[in-house]
Amino acid sequence: MKHGKWPLIVTFLVPPVLLYVFFVVSPYLQAFQISTTDWLGYSADANPVGLANFKTLWHDDYVWNALKNNAILLGLVPVLTIVLGLFFATMLAMGGRKGSAGVTGVRGSALYRTVYFFPQVLSVVIIALLWKEVYHPNQGLLTSAAHAVGLPAPTWLGDPATAFWCVLAVMVWSNVGFYVVLFGAAMSAVPKEIYEAVLLDGASRFTTLRRVTLPLLWDTVQVAWVYLAIFALDGFILVQLMTNGGPNFSTDVIGVRMYDTAFGSETKFGYASAIGVVMFFLTLSVAVLSLRVGRRERIEYS
Amino acid sequence: MNRRDILRRSVAAGLLATPAAGLLSGCATGGGGDKNDAETYQGTKSAQNPLGVKEDAPLEVVIFGGGFGEEYAKAHEAMYTEKYPKAKIKHSSTQEISKTLQPRFVDGTPPDVVNNSGSGQIDFNGLVSQNALAGLDDLLAAPSLDIPGKTVKDTLLPGAVEVGSYDGKFLVLNYTYTAYGIWHSAKLFADRGWSYAKTWDEHIALCKQIKAAGIAPWTYAGLHPRYMSWPLISTAIKLGGPSVATAIDNLEPNAWKSDSMRTAADAWHQIVKDKYILEGSPGLDHKQSQTAWCQGKAAFISCGSWLESEQKDVTPAGFNMTIGPTPSLGSGDKLPFEAIRGTAGEPFMVPAKARNVAGGLEYFRTMLSKKGAQDFTKKVASLTVVAGATEGVELPYGLSTVVKALDASGANGFNWVYNNFYRKLERNLVDAACGEFFSGRIGPAEFLEQCQKGADSIAQDSSIKKYKRAA
Repeated sequence: MKHGKWPLIVTFLVPPVLLYVFFVVSPYLQAFQISTTDWLGYSADANPVGLANFKTLWHDDYVWNALKNNAILLGLVPVLTIVLGLFFATMLAMGGRKGSAGVTGVRGSALYRTVYFFPQVLSVVIIALLWKEVYHPNQGLLTSAAHAVGLPAPTWLGDPATAFWCVLAVMVWSNVGFYVVLFGAAMSAVPKEIYEAVLLDGASRFTTLRRVTLPLLWDTVQVAWVYLAIFALDGFILVQLMTNGGPNFSTDVIGVRMYDTAFGSETKFGYASAIGVVMFFLTLSVAVLSLRVGRRERIEYS
Repeated sequence: MNRRDILRRSVAAGLLATPAAGLLSGCATGGGGDKNDAETYQGTKSAQNPLGVKEDAPLEVVIFGGGFGEEYAKAHEAMYTEKYPKAKIKHSSTQEISKTLQPRFVDGTPPDVVNNSGSGQIDFNGLVSQNALAGLDDLLAAPSLDIPGKTVKDTLLPGAVEVGSYDGKFLVLNYTYTAYGIWHSAKLFADRGWSYAKTWDEHIALCKQIKAAGIAPWTYAGLHPRYMSWPLISTAIKLGGPSVATAIDNLEPNAWKSDSMRTAADAWHQIVKDKYILEGSPGLDHKQSQTAWCQGKAAFISCGSWLESEQKDVTPAGFNMTIGPTPSLGSGDKLPFEAIRGTAGEPFMVPAKARNVAGGLEYFRTMLSKKGAQDFTKKVASLTVVAGATEGVELPYGLSTVVKALDASGANGFNWVYNNFYRKLERNLVDAACGEFFSGRIGPAEFLEQCQKGADSIAQDSSIKKYKRAA
């Protein structure tokens, strides 16, 4: 066995590592290099300009505006998604309190589970188009519903006061289903006896969630947090398709700014790379931070 | 190893790898460039072959797959191969011009003909400043393919060359001829006994009448509000003359805050103040607003002459869409009511590094032949920049009103090109200002202030090349 180890490792590990270096690491490094040039993207000429792009970026109000929006997303999307995800998963796994069956989900939990997962099946593009119609200011579902009960409806995506929150709601909606399933799977790994004991002690559902489920699921929640934080720092596809950053830059995010600078209204690839580099470090710091802050003792069942 | 370790390790790897970035310098940007020695196709020039096309050289054409489709281009390609049977044409169509072609420009292997259009259009400012486009002067000087005794230049409508010129160099062939105006349904107006207003006061009075009849006078593409900048700037130009547009194009200080622009913005503010705009319009995109208009929910909409083909599927029979010039502000207007914004649009270009530049120019000559132009008009119901090419072609209703409006406008026609010079200024900055203004969140003074701020930011950005045009 021993003598066969190295060929095996080499055969199975070297090709993926090479592919990874070639297709993932090297573009990253190139982006770093391009960000220090004034490359305009359609010729091979690029002059090194040092950190000038980053200096411009520091004074670019549009970039700051986009970052501000990302910060709000970062503050709200993970919290809302995880809270909703945990709530739904708990209800599906142990929300039922009827009869003597012990720990069961609410009635019809199989159906709910499927319904919550629907958005995950749809491609993001479809979700964006779907919600664009829901937010249609004249014929959309929301406007019609508001009018039906005699309420005035805003123009949703057409008003800077509401557009951002409309997009945020779609982000949460489209993510919750996945985390319901993720948390649900984690919960099923928790020994049932624990819950039965909790039930015998007469704990309410909320207390169960806060004192028992959450601590036991902490690792999973933490992973969810990192994923959602990365998602919140991006948010590109939904925003680009639903509002393209408008109206009046009220829904702009850093990813849209980067795309627009390179492929949209300008061809400043050097500057766009600088935005990308900033985004890279922001995402990395957020990921590292949320892992550090959330570090806890791991609980082993046995 | 758990996820936490993986992340921690990747951070370490990232830190180690950063210094290596310098080693890789020039992978994406330094790559192409020296491939200039790659074979380019050049034939010998003759009376039959004024552009020196190599008859068996392959030609690659990339078409924007938008409202016009790609069938018209296939017809032009067939005409090309009819003349050069040995040439093999590679045709493709995409909606993502910039994403698809950007690597090929860098690599020095771009296609020979590019229809650079749509929302994925490559910003011309960047292309021109990087000398990525071939000059088209040889094309202008070449004799027309089927209009005897005339050079290609002689066959073009006035203004066609200017629009595609940067600092006096003709680089971009804008193939269609587009009029921008205010559209209404002739049927709706006939049914209700309304007639299109020639002055602004009459227009406002008519709006009042329309609103009283239970129809919204106006709607617009709230998610692309720049559509409304067109009638507003047109009103200002008709009041103050074409110099209003020249000042804006040349980024002159306070061009957006000229007296004419102020008066025009004040006038247009009326339709916002008096709530003459369909409720919810700020949340509609161009298709949704145009469809609401076709359904008779609004009476007026601002658009270019592509509107008819874009709305083909949802326009009710007998709707009879009609274009009209912007109403005059008063007797002090420098241009008459009939003056309308007409300009060449739908840009085509030959990249400077294309292998078959001569073939690309010849392809343009085919497009600009009478046969090519007529075929285009028949297929996509749009005008071309070739003068008189509509002769003998039966035009759909809307397009025939465009022809009439352009005829009536004649030498009073006007245009602006800041949107070509500085794509970002119109697409992003003026667009955002229009959104605020026409939804009533800001007044005329703040609107012009915001536009001017946008123009100033372009003017001060040393990384953007500036172009000037003569008055």
